[in-house]
Amino acid sequence: MSHETTSKRHTKTVTKLLLVTVGMFGFGFALVPLYDVICDITGLNGVVNLQAADHDGATVDEDRTVTVEFIATVNGNRPWTFKPEVRRMEVTPGELHTVTFRTTNGQSEDTVSQIVPSVAPGLAGRHFRKTECFCFTEQPFEAGENRDMSVTFFIDSRIDERTNTVTLSYTLFDLGAGDDPDFDPEDAELHANTR
Amino acid sequence: MSSATDTAHHGHDHHHAPPYGITRWLFTTNHKDLGVLYMSFGLLMFFIGGAMAMIIRAELFQPGLNLVDPYFFNQMTTMHALVMIFGAVMPALTGLANWLVPVQIGAPDMALPRVNNWAFWLLPAGFVLLLATLFMPGGAPASGWTMYPPLVLMLGDSFPFLIFAVHILGISSIMGSINIAVTILNMRAPGMTLMKMPLFVWTWLITAFLMIAVMPVLAGAVTMLLTDQYFGTSFFNAAGGGDPVMFQHIFWFFGHPEVYILILPAFGIVSAILPTFARKPLFGYSSMVYATASIAFLSFIVWAHHMFTVGLPLAGQLFFMYATMLVAVPTGVKIFNWMATMWRGSMTFETPMLFSIAFVLLFTVGGLSGVMLALAPVDLQYHDTYFVVAHFHYVLVTGTIFAIMAAVYYWLPKWTGHMYDEKLGKIHFWVSVISVNVLFFPQHFLGLAGMPRRIPDYALQFAEFNMISSIGGFVFGFAQLLFVWIIIKCVRGGEKVTDQVWEGAQGLEWTLPSPAPYHTFETPPVVK
Repeated sequence: MSHETTSKRHTKTVTKLLLVTVGMFGFGFALVPLYDVICDITGLNGVVNLQAADHDGATVDEDRTVTVEFIATVNGNRPWTFKPEVRRMEVTPGELHTVTFRTTNGQSEDTVSQIVPSVAPGLAGRHFRKTECFCFTEQPFEAGENRDMSVTFFIDSRIDERTNTVTLSYTLFDLGAGDDPDFDPEDAELHANTR
Repeated sequence: MSSATDTAHHGHDHHHAPPYGITRWLFTTNHKDLGVLYMSFGLLMFFIGGAMAMIIRAELFQPGLNLVDPYFFNQMTTMHALVMIFGAVMPALTGLANWLVPVQIGAPDMALPRVNNWAFWLLPAGFVLLLATLFMPGGAPASGWTMYPPLVLMLGDSFPFLIFAVHILGISSIMGSINIAVTILNMRAPGMTLMKMPLFVWTWLITAFLMIAVMPVLAGAVTMLLTDQYFGTSFFNAAGGGDPVMFQHIFWFFGHPEVYILILPAFGIVSAILPTFARKPLFGYSSMVYATASIAFLSFIVWAHHMFTVGLPLAGQLFFMYATMLVAVPTGVKIFNWMATMWRGSMTFETPMLFSIAFVLLFTVGGLSGVMLALAPVDLQYHDTYFVVAHFHYVLVTGTIFAIMAAVYYWLPKWTGHMYDEKLGKIHFWVSVISVNVLFFPQHFLGLAGMPRRIPDYALQFAEFNMISSIGGFVFGFAQLLFVWIIIKCVRGGEKVTDQVWEGAQGLEWTLPSPAPYHTFETPPVVK
């Protein structure tokens, strides 16, 4: 075999393998949107819709009740107080309920928080409908401010009949953006709405 | 071999004896030199990673916080894994491929000799970055080798060093793999069809493809960590709409094929050694090839069995559980083929054969505990316990490391022209095989009883088994010094060996003189 062809064959094979390498590097990043899409389509991962749900036309299922539990966590031991006013409640699927969360910014400066919801079991996430929620947007707090924030929700009556308890967990993230020169509240709101 | 292109590829040392001095090793493009460099580097890292394991076992010798600071203990568990995986096992296997693939397929050298040199010399660079963190304020990475966020983002100064070290090691592995794949695909001797290739070559071809496919994914994942930390992205930050669990998905999409990258070449080694000392051809050659390919394919669809406790939905748990258990089928095919190869063979038990038989037995132990871990309902209990530690050390130490040692004993006479000291080799084997079981077998019991991994202290009821395990660890660790002595002794001299070395050895490398000359198969052999 002539060496000219050997070196050409090498170039060809190396090019193909390098393309695979580049492609797989890209695939790693493509997994990020894919992950969101898969969670969205399948309702896995307890992802909660961050757009306000429409309660009109929701059917009420009088025959059963579902226990809803509330958990509030502050991420990273930041000096916040964040507590639901009730720990759990019995609800009838289809009926609207409102729960308030006591929130205090224990810092001596203005701070922005983002509260991220998650629902367990994961597959109940898509049936947990919120018509109004403090988690839809970032929440600015003044120094030491104490505020009651509320979420209004209903459980879709199409929820799996084997599910009798749903846990709604909120995690409060301190964005500390009060003194961030780049921080633009409008951007943040836009960002929150498109999520 | 005299065309202009070829001379350019081989550089100044073509057709000459190897030059002397340090520049020989710095500038070499010879596959045998680079094989030696890779394997020596692997051996050095084996001892550095082993020293870290000694510190871990010393701390766990008795309950209580005895020797080291807990944070330092975490650095040791993290660095032990990184050093052993990326520093010891992968370079040792790449070194074996460098030395053996060209002589097994009848090629004069690797396809890309200069890339080969570059890929090797990136390794010391990467490990300088990684090991330098041990001497930095704040210490080395302590997040576990899996680098899960958000914990890994709290490392401080060692974080960027870790990320860039992983990048460099990844680039090195990718270049090495491309080189090996191109060599195997394009440089086989006339008549050496794919299905005539020795199984070590086959397993390395598949390993190379696995690496090319998943190393870039790891590079992507650590790049995301880097931008999350320094450039304000939120891939894994829930506050910004990301998800830390997604890192685990991406990481294990790399990580599971990675564990097969570590074991497949070992399958190839054992498939070469068992037929030699059983004096029978390998049983079921083509089924071995297909089993290897099936394992490689399955490795891409089982990653979430590392994540059964993150809250996967039922359907996901079932899928990953069944897919994982499916891996046992092609692996079982291999184990039965090895047994059938030995069945009614005229077996002799030289050191490489002893290590290979121990591989078959003890790798099976690790495989069976793997099947137990694959069961999602029981994994909820075993997850992150010493049972997992016992499992992966059985497949990696008594699996891959034993196979590498078997390979060194098997091919060392071909490399040096001298027979190693068989008596010392047997002592090394028996001390190793007993102590490694004393080291890892009790860890099964510790794990089933609930001892968590990666924690420097434990409850009192675990004391006896931990002490036994530590004693086994110290013996195993120090026994490896004997291995180094045997290699040094063999390099310096010893009984001269024939070209075939072993009575039952088959294959192109055994047609070469012993020691193999610096340049081999400049005229390709014809394989019938």
